[in-house]
Amino acid sequence: MTSLASAAAAEQGVRRRRSAGRAARWIVTRVAGAVFVLWAVATLIFFGIRLIPGDPAEAILGGPGSRATPEALAQARAEFGLDQPLLTQYLHELGRLATGDFGTSYSLKVPVAHVILDGLGSTLLLTVLSLAVAWLLAIGLALWATRGGRIAATVSTVLEIVAAAVPNFWLGTILILVFSVGFGWLPAISTPGIPGLVLPVLTLAIPLAGFLGQLMRESVLNALDAPFTVSARARGESETGVRLIHALRHAALPAISLSGWAFGSLISGAVVVETVFARPGLGRTLLNAVLIRDIPVVIGVVMVVALVYIVVTIATDLADRLADPRLRAQSSSGGGS
Amino acid sequence: MSGSAGAPLLPLAASTAHQPSGARRALAHLHVAEVIAGLILLFLLVAALAPQLLTATDPLAIAPASAFTPPSPGHPFGTDESGRDIFTRVVYGARSSLLIGVAATGIGLVLALVLGSLAGLGPRAVDFGVNRLLEVLFAFPGLLLALLFITIFGVGVTTSTIAVGLATAPGYARIIRSQIRSIRGSGFIEAAVVLGRSPGQIFRRSILPNVAAGLFALATLGVGQAIVWASALSFLGLGAVPPAAEWGAMLSAGRTYISVAWWLTFFPGLFVVLAAASATVLGRGLQRRNRER
Repeated sequence: MTSLASAAAAEQGVRRRRSAGRAARWIVTRVAGAVFVLWAVATLIFFGIRLIPGDPAEAILGGPGSRATPEALAQARAEFGLDQPLLTQYLHELGRLATGDFGTSYSLKVPVAHVILDGLGSTLLLTVLSLAVAWLLAIGLALWATRGGRIAATVSTVLEIVAAAVPNFWLGTILILVFSVGFGWLPAISTPGIPGLVLPVLTLAIPLAGFLGQLMRESVLNALDAPFTVSARARGESETGVRLIHALRHAALPAISLSGWAFGSLISGAVVVETVFARPGLGRTLLNAVLIRDIPVVIGVVMVVALVYIVVTIATDLADRLADPRLRAQSSSGGGS
Repeated sequence: MSGSAGAPLLPLAASTAHQPSGARRALAHLHVAEVIAGLILLFLLVAALAPQLLTATDPLAIAPASAFTPPSPGHPFGTDESGRDIFTRVVYGARSSLLIGVAATGIGLVLALVLGSLAGLGPRAVDFGVNRLLEVLFAFPGLLLALLFITIFGVGVTTSTIAVGLATAPGYARIIRSQIRSIRGSGFIEAAVVLGRSPGQIFRRSILPNVAAGLFALATLGVGQAIVWASALSFLGLGAVPPAAEWGAMLSAGRTYISVAWWLTFFPGLFVVLAAASATVLGRGLQRRNRER
């Protein structure tokens, strides 16, 4: 009796260890993949930047119009390591990026890391809030659309097309026209504090909600036909309970997998929205840097955004595995791409 | 992707499966939304090819005396800060927007077709390499790849068009690759191999036609997206520059006067939405038709 119980316990332990090993292998694979992608992004950018016509030293000193003296150019070259052989520069750059040193801004003459840290918080707040609001709107939309008949289904489909066709910059402008110029309820320019956040967050969240809502509506409909819903109904659970607990959990799966992608689209939307609402943040920093070709800032922002994006993608994949037991059973290597 | 996705688009005829004429059947399957979308695109196409047919005014002619005229019978969309007629400018803007949208999608699709075919047909090592490359490109969300490209090659309409094409290519490439992979093992490909067809012939006569229908629908959707992206780049000051009659640039310039003249920003943006929504509706229609076949 005791030996039987201990054998069962041992077997359970083995199984648990095996699944833990699988999870560990999954994480290691993903992290290694992420490191590879970051290295490739850095390499791509490093050699892409060399395609820029003209002398980078001139760009540092304010472009071809600045008529810099040869001495000043030589000094700038030495200062930014541009007189070294390409391979040395490349290895040097990789070493610096790996330690989080993004160099010095050409235009602001301060470390790029400071410039990024100044804008990162504000942009993350904007994107995370927008993602949360979009999720809430999408859940509401999906539940209503599957219950409210034709009108709700029409609204949901129209919203999805709106999501694909309405540019952020126009939606933001219309919201300003209605709520700032028209009613005077909310500031047109993003001020610190909550009222200044409402319009930028809505501008980012509404199209995304249309997209996620349509996706969730379809999977709620699928879930309501699934055997597990039938069995929940047969157990006598209430309709609301069935929808909220069973159908919604199922419906959330595709939306969770897409949240990584959604976060990426929010970051690039932030470039536009921060411009529309004159809101300081990483997006505007990037846009200004692109316009004046402040290359270290462009590289720094792009690298940080890529890093954040990759981390979020891995996190959503992890959330997927936690929410969907079927994925955990699959082999650890194939699940990645 | 269930059948209910098309429910609100009001089928004109419920069941026409037994009608003999193919053309009539195709007509009966058109949905109201698709007809409207088609008409809008037709209008934009006329505007792009022959704007003189729709308006007699010069898009760049200034008339300071009639600056900031609200929408009225003489100026249906009003006038801007220099007295230029907004309707005329919006009509003339169709050419650059459609051109950018189509060109960017074309660039994206050609690139994607090369990458996708290499991965889908090539040996395993090539597939692996292309997949890693796509993974790297996917690490730049949305506009980021386009912004990076513009940093390198400078601001302008041509660069922003190529940038949008480049930024959309990875998504298309992944779809094309998986489509090719899925038909690669099918019987008619094996038959073509057995018949001794060359790889080029197999690609042209067996694979491409099978991928083409899906690609056409994808491209229609893509044109809508590309118009939105390109106008966003112009709005940010990275594409067309004022006083060019381009929707994004017009909207950006009009924002200065947002508190006095709403029509400066409303109408150019409305046309971006109309163009993109029409392309989206038609693209969805094509995709649905492909699925039904």
